[in-house]
Amino acid sequence: MAQVILFNVTNGLIIGAFYVLMALGLSLILNLSNVINFAHGNFLALGGYLAFTLSPALGYWGALLVSPLLTALIGVLVERLMIRRIYNRDPVYSLLLTFGLAFVIQDSARYIWGPNGLPMGLPAILAQPITASLFFITWYRVFMVAVVIVAVIGLFAALRYTRVGLRIRAGTLDLETVATLGVNVRNLRTFNFAVGCLLAGLSGVLAAGQIGLNPNMGDDLLMPSFIAIIVGGVGSLIGTLCGGLLIGMAAALTTVIYPSASEAVIYAILMAVLLLRPRGLLGEEGMMS
Amino acid sequence: MSIAIAGDRARLPLVPRQLALVGIWVVLLAVPFWLPLLGGYTALAGRVLVFGLAAMGLNMLLGFTGVLSFGHAAYFGLGAYGAGLTLRYLVHSTPLAMLAGTLLGGLAGTLFGRLIVHRRGVYFAMCTIAFGQLWYYLAYSWNSFTGGFDGLRDFHREPIGFGWLTLDITGGGTTFYFFLLAIFAVAVALMGFILRSPFGRTLVAIRENERRARFLGIPVELHIWLSFSISCFFTALAGTLYALLNNFADPMALHYSLSGYFVIMCVMGGMRTFWGPLVGAAVFVVLQDYISSMTVNWMFFIGVIFILVVLFFPRGLLGIRQRQGTA
Repeated sequence: MAQVILFNVTNGLIIGAFYVLMALGLSLILNLSNVINFAHGNFLALGGYLAFTLSPALGYWGALLVSPLLTALIGVLVERLMIRRIYNRDPVYSLLLTFGLAFVIQDSARYIWGPNGLPMGLPAILAQPITASLFFITWYRVFMVAVVIVAVIGLFAALRYTRVGLRIRAGTLDLETVATLGVNVRNLRTFNFAVGCLLAGLSGVLAAGQIGLNPNMGDDLLMPSFIAIIVGGVGSLIGTLCGGLLIGMAAALTTVIYPSASEAVIYAILMAVLLLRPRGLLGEEGMMS
Repeated sequence: MSIAIAGDRARLPLVPRQLALVGIWVVLLAVPFWLPLLGGYTALAGRVLVFGLAAMGLNMLLGFTGVLSFGHAAYFGLGAYGAGLTLRYLVHSTPLAMLAGTLLGGLAGTLFGRLIVHRRGVYFAMCTIAFGQLWYYLAYSWNSFTGGFDGLRDFHREPIGFGWLTLDITGGGTTFYFFLLAIFAVAVALMGFILRSPFGRTLVAIRENERRARFLGIPVELHIWLSFSISCFFTALAGTLYALLNNFADPMALHYSLSGYFVIMCVMGGMRTFWGPLVGAAVFVVLQDYISSMTVNWMFFIGVIFILVVLFFPRGLLGIRQRQGTA
């Protein structure tokens, strides 16, 4: 029993870590640009597929570094060519645009890499279990969680201590004033979108090693990430972090007791938050209206 | 019945307006005669009516109240499942199934609407998406009751008895199409009546300037809630017709991609116009039918259509006449 619980706790940590990476990227874009990126799960898949294609040439470690950057580059192109045209329009257009984009990217991935699942090779060291008694915990699982922790700390440190991070945080609160103070808001939004895609790409590479690749691998993560943002409180990145971990853990622990309710728990948390604390766990009052 | 939007400048003069209205109904009534000539089939026209009604229901909220729901598939699907489950488990009666489905979807929307009326813009949309997926997930995983991923089968539409007259709509032919059209006409007339009433004009006022509406003493949240609820009832009614049309209800009727289709129908046709969503539904249903028969990569082309409409055609087919700046 202890092993079962431990197994599911590590599962919860890993699932939660993916929710967190996805949701943080979505949240960054939502906070600064007021755009819900439906295609975020597809950027995740792109990151995974790019790593799959690049790893024969660059090796796993090279692909792990390069493919999130390439995903971010694609994000820059998408933002420059399409998304920035609709910033000043009714939010319905940004939703429809990213929704269409999700279809295009997903079907393109299916066309290029095929509809069937592909395995992602891992370095031998990562594929081993850490000890014989904890056979279900491979080094890869530890590695994933470690990478996510480093990425999250890096993101928060960059937002806190760098100039561009300061501008993003300020822009979240009042973009107009930031623009008036001489910041190039267009570039700031592009950069911010790219960072969001970078996080999605990184989660894609990590997820590929865990569950393999398929064209809709990001879809299952999209909805929990929305819920993580709502639960954590729109506008608060720390809230998104907590929301992601909370629903990941809750889902995994429910699996111990009653497996088929693991997803129901996520929605139950959503409803409870909407009923009892509409602004979310750490959201500011008025941020959602 | 065409509703004035954004002031009367968008409105056609009275006589052309009446002519357009007559034209719409003549075209709809004559579908069984002209559609086969173009190589279409009547079930396709039925689908246009059903999706058109759903999109027009959504547009009450989207186009006339200015509130963005991206989760209306939930109420559509609840209507479909409500009707299907009633026919399968409770009673073999088409009208009761429609009533049950409409109530199920409408009441779910009414209850949920109460929770989110204070949200605006993308945050409102995000809550509607997440809540909508709850139902998708439920229908998907409650295998024994809803048929799970394969959908709910083993029910079919029943003939409707009016005492001395029995209307046999079980066949696939024109009788059922005219039945759909009759329901559609009643629903649309009701919708037009609501939108032309003082209540409907108040919704437009809220859309145009929420703050000013609030200062005028209009209870904005109450109006948005009512608009959301009514819109869910219409969409749920369309959902029950969808179940009857296919004799089948599947989880994809609850999925958020269908919500996206409804929204693009409104935008494509012109979301500031009364009939726009029907036109959008016709274009979208025909395009989707055509593209998915031509290529397995239909998702790519549907996605491209979304992007092109947003970037180059944001005001929609019927919105072209309107002044700029409303998009």
